[in-house]
Amino acid sequence: MELKRVVVTGLGAITPLGKNVEETWTNLVNGVSGAAPIAQFDASKFKTQFACEVKDYDAKEYFDRKEVRKLDLYAQFAMIAADQAIADAKLDSEDIDNNEVGVIWGAGIGGIKTFLDEVTGFAKGDGTPRLSPFFIPKMIADIAPGHISMKYGFRGPNFGTVSACASSTNAIGDAYNLIRLGKANAFVTGGSEAAINEAGVGGFNAMQALSTRNDDPKTASRPFDKERDGFVMGEGGASIILEEYEHAKARGAKIYCEIVGAGMTADAHHLTAPHPEGLGAKRVMANALKDNNIDPTEVDYINVHGTSTPLGDIAETKAIKEVFGEHAYKLNISSTKSMTGHLLGAAGAVESMACILAIKNGIVPPTINHFVDDPELDNALNFTFDKAQERTVKVALSNTFGFGGHNASVVFKAL
Amino acid sequence: MSDVASRVKAIIVDKLGVDETEVTPEASFTNDLGADSLDTVELIMEFEKEFNIAIPDDQAENIGTVGDAVAYIEENAK
Repeated sequence: MELKRVVVTGLGAITPLGKNVEETWTNLVNGVSGAAPIAQFDASKFKTQFACEVKDYDAKEYFDRKEVRKLDLYAQFAMIAADQAIADAKLDSEDIDNNEVGVIWGAGIGGIKTFLDEVTGFAKGDGTPRLSPFFIPKMIADIAPGHISMKYGFRGPNFGTVSACASSTNAIGDAYNLIRLGKANAFVTGGSEAAINEAGVGGFNAMQALSTRNDDPKTASRPFDKERDGFVMGEGGASIILEEYEHAKARGAKIYCEIVGAGMTADAHHLTAPHPEGLGAKRVMANALKDNNIDPTEVDYINVHGTSTPLGDIAETKAIKEVFGEHAYKLNISSTKSMTGHLLGAAGAVESMACILAIKNGIVPPTINHFVDDPELDNALNFTFDKAQERTVKVALSNTFGFGGHNASVVFKAL
Repeated sequence: MSDVASRVKAIIVDKLGVDETEVTPEASFTNDLGADSLDTVELIMEFEKEFNIAIPDDQAENIGTVGDAVAYIEENAK
């Protein structure tokens, strides 16, 4: 059977850099950091007291009061991003067969704030369980795609993907493959996360995963810099509409680019540490390129996982050099996490969007906060340090790697 | 309006996001005020908390309107 081609026809985003795609992209290109002291809770006793939060967020601007109470913040971000992408793609239309539109959404954790609040409430009581009937349906990591389907009546395949920081890349990859197989005409895909609370920050702090550069939050996320000391938590969501190519053409949809590959592998190595030689990372990029036999030399830009952790950045660059050989020195590499922070399960969606817009606009967003070369890295690679670089981007690849050893990569190509 | 009735109304307005004028004694939670089964469970829990009472499930099933709630609470709250 011949596999179908799949294109991107809509984007939506609410991120630490802006509450829509345009604002987010402008700040990415301008090298703006989204980091600031944490506003959502009193972090004065926490090792890390800053994060990349969505700024000036007021749920009442997007939802009525009754809706807000039923939506964890992660699901609110999902709805906001999906609404924008659906409007961008004009997918909410009578001409669309809603039975052939699915939703696949990634969240690494889901409603951790809801869990925290409900369990804290129980612990403070006398042992009588007074848990809200909305506790479970607010918390579960699959409820966001459920909500999106209910709002728009999309009755195609519908589920959530969970692979920590690779979650939304897995969602995009699954949506791509299901359209290729003819299982639906289009998908609302992407991911969202909202874990900047006592449980999320405290938990990642306990793992020593977060930067503790409290005296200078804006330079804390510094991938590939010698003095990187961990990732900076981000929050928000991004949505991508994937659509079967002929379907998109027939209805005259705006087409951003094509998605031409999705790779998925495991490290099978350690709970949180990457494989030191980047074996899983190497195979996942190669797998993603293989879907449509994209030659490594065709790739112009890699939006790396690059979380600004000591081990991760080294393993990923080793993998890139193995997969791309001499071409590794010719392509642009950048970590937009230097600006957005790490949106965990939503990272893949935001970074896929960065790849798509790099192709559309011919500009590669930078890796900001470079101060000192790390002798353990190959600094002949072009990490796109500090300033965006203009470049015709025909093929872009996005990597994401999750705790648990999950690796996922997707490849986008100019049509 | 009794004290119980006004406190019940305030809870309903808050939880169901409806206008005060809609919360009449005859108003049904599900048919008139847009509550689903989970909303109804939550309302009962809020009444229990506000009035410091326990409403058994078999009794809760009979509370379908604003007036039912007020009557039950006035009878059972101390």
